[in-house]
Amino acid sequence: MSASTSTFPPVGRRRRISDTGDRIFAALCTAAGGFVLVLLGAIIVTLFIGALPAFERFGVAFIWGTTWNPVEGREEFGAGVSIVGTLVSSLLAIIFAVPIAFGIAFFLTELAPGWLKRPIGTAIELLAAVPSIIYGMWGLFVLVPFVQKNIQLALGEQLAALPLVGFLFESTNFAGTSLFSASLVLAIMILPFIAATMRDVFDQVPAVYKESAYGLGATRWEVMTGVVIPYTRVSVVGGIMLGLGRALGETMAVTFVIGNANRIATSLFDSTTTIASVIAMEFPESLAGSLQQSALFAIGFLLFVISFAVLAISRWLLRPRLK
Amino acid sequence: MSAVISISSVLSPEEAAMKRRLGRRRRLIDNLVRAFCLLATGVGLFFLASIMLTLLWRGIVALDWTVLTAEFQPTRYGDDSLPKGGLAHAIVGSLIQTFIATAIGTPIGLLVGTYLAEYARDSKFGLAVRFISDILLSAPSVLIGLFIYQVVVLPTGGFSGMAGALALAIIVIPVVVRTTEDMLQLIPNTLREAVVALGAPKWKMITLVAWRAALSGILTGVLLAFARIMGETAPLLLTSFGNNVLSTDLTRAMASLPVSIYQQANSGFPDLIEIAWSGALLVTLGVLIINIIARVLLRKRH
Repeated sequence: MSASTSTFPPVGRRRRISDTGDRIFAALCTAAGGFVLVLLGAIIVTLFIGALPAFERFGVAFIWGTTWNPVEGREEFGAGVSIVGTLVSSLLAIIFAVPIAFGIAFFLTELAPGWLKRPIGTAIELLAAVPSIIYGMWGLFVLVPFVQKNIQLALGEQLAALPLVGFLFESTNFAGTSLFSASLVLAIMILPFIAATMRDVFDQVPAVYKESAYGLGATRWEVMTGVVIPYTRVSVVGGIMLGLGRALGETMAVTFVIGNANRIATSLFDSTTTIASVIAMEFPESLAGSLQQSALFAIGFLLFVISFAVLAISRWLLRPRLK
Repeated sequence: MSAVISISSVLSPEEAAMKRRLGRRRRLIDNLVRAFCLLATGVGLFFLASIMLTLLWRGIVALDWTVLTAEFQPTRYGDDSLPKGGLAHAIVGSLIQTFIATAIGTPIGLLVGTYLAEYARDSKFGLAVRFISDILLSAPSVLIGLFIYQVVVLPTGGFSGMAGALALAIIVIPVVVRTTEDMLQLIPNTLREAVVALGAPKWKMITLVAWRAALSGILTGVLLAFARIMGETAPLLLTSFGNNVLSTDLTRAMASLPVSIYQQANSGFPDLIEIAWSGALLVTLGVLIINIIARVLLRKRH
């Protein structure tokens, strides 16, 4: 026994692998992870600190106040109009975008032949890559004149004569830059996000389930409503919430086409404003430390709270599928 | 087939007619839905085509050598003898800020992504980091501008190119985190085990093997992040603000392509709007080409 063990080098002389490198690297990675948490925390705290003077001056009423007057000496600010504008334009965008996105996702998963899936899928994804400012310019110079001529003047005037719902289409604003134009541009911008999420979750339905339904003689639509939708319902809602979260914070495109008037829109064709576009329009020209700047921080803080909630719900709903 | 016939033969004529009608109705609905889906896809593609064609059609008009080499000039509306302006200051400013932002954001994003894929597993801290990173991915970019304004622009006494680059870097991080984590998770565990079994410490396994195996995927993430911030306008409006002359000084206000497009498109002067369209064409082509390169890179891998 003793002879055989002596042929191996003694254990003590083996070069020990140092774990210093491992510790440093693990600490570095963990610290980077912590940095992300700190970053988000810092954003919230910073926005709130910037907003404090406005909150102190106007109290909770700031949230529903509808006056926005930056004139020196008579300054008064309220977030009501921009909050309503943000919510209404985003919800309208969802209403426009969801059916189209669903159609695209259905087409890409069930209807399109294999060779067509990739190019069309890529084209839709490229729509998501086009910068916001480009949507704004295209919206202002192409979509707004179209809406003005072919929708508001041609259709809106007829619809305004309807009883009960007529007021939705009646407007004295004929510029074309309106809530309707903004929602339409937003809808096009969030379309690829919703369509891509829907396509991904539809693709995850086990083929056996679908094939069983087809085998029983179901049509594609029946497979969709009877198998795919029930299986993916939660994730589909998550995808829609993701689109909503995107729409809420969209800035440049909306700034170009919404008309930027501090007035609650009672009609689709009225101009109004959103939180993000008020910030983009007024912040660069506001004075450092002024009450106006603080009010802009305050609406920014409110936008953060709203979109954080929507995105968190979306993420939670998508959790089982997109892991 | 025979089964169907035998069933229908049991039914009374009225029932059979009803069944045929039902079948026709089902087929009709199915066809209507198919037509709608085709139409929806057409609508999506139509918008992409409309945006691209508008950009090409209106962007090429003013796109010439002057646009690429000259600085901003006030409108020549009504007086053609004045010098023609361009976007050189904005192109240079955009490139500087985008590159610096990518250089700052990529290492952080890479480390966070590595942490999530290699260390976190399902720990509470890891779940929190993943969740917050995903929120940052979709957070309104204008608020990141407000944040940098408060912590960089105010203390340093003014708008600066560095502030712009920092705002963009925050946007880069979550994009790189997402792709890095996804790509590292695609690497088979047997590869990791093989490396560790050879006696390599974990950090060498990650940096020399895992990162290298996931390289094309990680690179895709960096390219996508680069393309994303190339077109960002809102955060820059509040941080680097814009500048009408060529400046490479990171401590002063710096021009950027998206902000210049925004200012000139809203100027109301036809000649400046033409230049804005050229800028829009440049930005979009840049963004889409990088996106397509990123996709090709990723496809080669799979």
